[in-house]
Amino acid sequence: MGIDAKERRVHGIQRERIPTSDSTLIPEKGKRDIFSAWRISFFGAIGLLIFLTVFSPDPYARILRFLPDGIVKTFQVTVLSILLALVIGLLAGLGRISRVRLINRIATVYVEVIRGIPLLVQIFYIYYALGRIVKLPDIASAIIAMSICYGAYMGEIIRAGIQAIPKGQMEAALALGFSRGKAMRYIILPQTIKIILPPIGNEFIALLKDSSLVSILAISDLLRRGREFASRTFEYFETLTVVALVYLILTLFFSYLVGKMEERLNRDVR
Amino acid sequence: MSDKVKIRIEKATKIFAVYKRDAEIDERAARKTAKMEKSHLFALKDLNLTVNRGEVVLVIGPSGSGKSTLLRCINRLERLTSGDIFIDNLCVTDPKADIRKVREEVGIVFQSFNLFPHLTALRNIALAPIVVKGMEKEKAHEKGRALLKRVGLEDKENSFPVQLSGGQQQRVAIARALAMDPHVMLFDEPTSALDPEMIKEVLDVMLALAKEGMTMLVVSHEMGFAKAAAHRVVFMDEGEIIEQGPPDKIFNNAEYERTRRFLKHIL
Repeated sequence: MGIDAKERRVHGIQRERIPTSDSTLIPEKGKRDIFSAWRISFFGAIGLLIFLTVFSPDPYARILRFLPDGIVKTFQVTVLSILLALVIGLLAGLGRISRVRLINRIATVYVEVIRGIPLLVQIFYIYYALGRIVKLPDIASAIIAMSICYGAYMGEIIRAGIQAIPKGQMEAALALGFSRGKAMRYIILPQTIKIILPPIGNEFIALLKDSSLVSILAISDLLRRGREFASRTFEYFETLTVVALVYLILTLFFSYLVGKMEERLNRDVR
Repeated sequence: MSDKVKIRIEKATKIFAVYKRDAEIDERAARKTAKMEKSHLFALKDLNLTVNRGEVVLVIGPSGSGKSTLLRCINRLERLTSGDIFIDNLCVTDPKADIRKVREEVGIVFQSFNLFPHLTALRNIALAPIVVKGMEKEKAHEKGRALLKRVGLEDKENSFPVQLSGGQQQRVAIARALAMDPHVMLFDEPTSALDPEMIKEVLDVMLALAKEGMTMLVVSHEMGFAKAAAHRVVFMDEGEIIEQGPPDKIFNNAEYERTRRFLKHIL
């Protein structure tokens, strides 16, 4: 209803499927030949990583041993940010469809402002702005910054998901005596979750990638660990090769999961 | 108001603003065009109607004549532009009226069923009593089972809407409305979305309901139902009631040319 084609493309809400995607390619059912792009990239990356560590343990094995701490940090930031972003997104999404003018305006302005500022700038800004008010651990500031930003995108997904539920559902609930809030909670949102799970999965992958930005905030995530290693050994090319491969393997693995999830939801849809 | 009267509609007028461009464009654009050009459409025009307790009234008329709008205004899914609607002594159209009370009093069945797809048939029926009335879950389910039996679907309590045929879905929808113990039932073209062989099973349920003395306002062109159950037929066109009377008289001996012309199309 309210989503225009551009927004749909950006946020992955695809009511009619369009053949472009800004995320990693998700393996589709029926296109499961051995040489699909996904397979080539995923197994290629794993193969290359194994090949490098086995045949050139110095420096690759050393690099790989150095990175796991960073992977854990990256996951920490990603998972906590996505959870917080979901909460913010739910508020923003509900706010965007609210009939109360003020709430609606606040939510809409939030979404517009956030989407108009580059993520890197926001992370810097929120990090230092927070620093002025409270002294938080670096990682907490980073998570808050990431989730405030992703909350806006999440809000749009949730709004679109709610608006994709046929109008008759709300009407039927109201006619049975439900209040708007209760109808939302018992009728609309449970149906929305099914629709928005795949786009949220895509956001998760996007966030996983963007979490590399927090490495500028003295948080030893995957990228920063790599840079720390390289600045000591000056093996920039080798280190970043491994870092890139690890990111690639992670995102491809998660896009596989999202694809599986989408497939299942499509199978028992409605 | 006399004891006999259940619903009283007085001078009901509903005006839709019609925008020159596609009406489904988003709100912001609509508001902009509203400033530029707006024409008015009377969905209901000074309409008066009373329905007595236990009466079954069939509303017929061409599409766009305001039949559905009339029903939707009675349980305030839409608001009248002016005029009043009373159910017993409760003024539905009063902005201060307790809207939940109105909606508990009035059940509605939609053309497109509008069952909740994520809930089983039984949960579809039991959810409103639990959430809205605070009924205990066990009790609500028991009631739900009784209602499913009443509409002949006692073996379908664990089926999801998608697993039911259109006729079965509509019967669940009727049971769902009945679960709130309404005193008035509104039917908005309950059989229009159904295949012919399923129409009868829904009409049978409605017929049984009528026999039990439920006050019913039915928008439908089912002549079989009209003859079997309707006490009165109301013919509407362009937001007005053109004429009304017993089914026999309207169908065979309509006073107005407009009514006769319309009936020729649907008979």
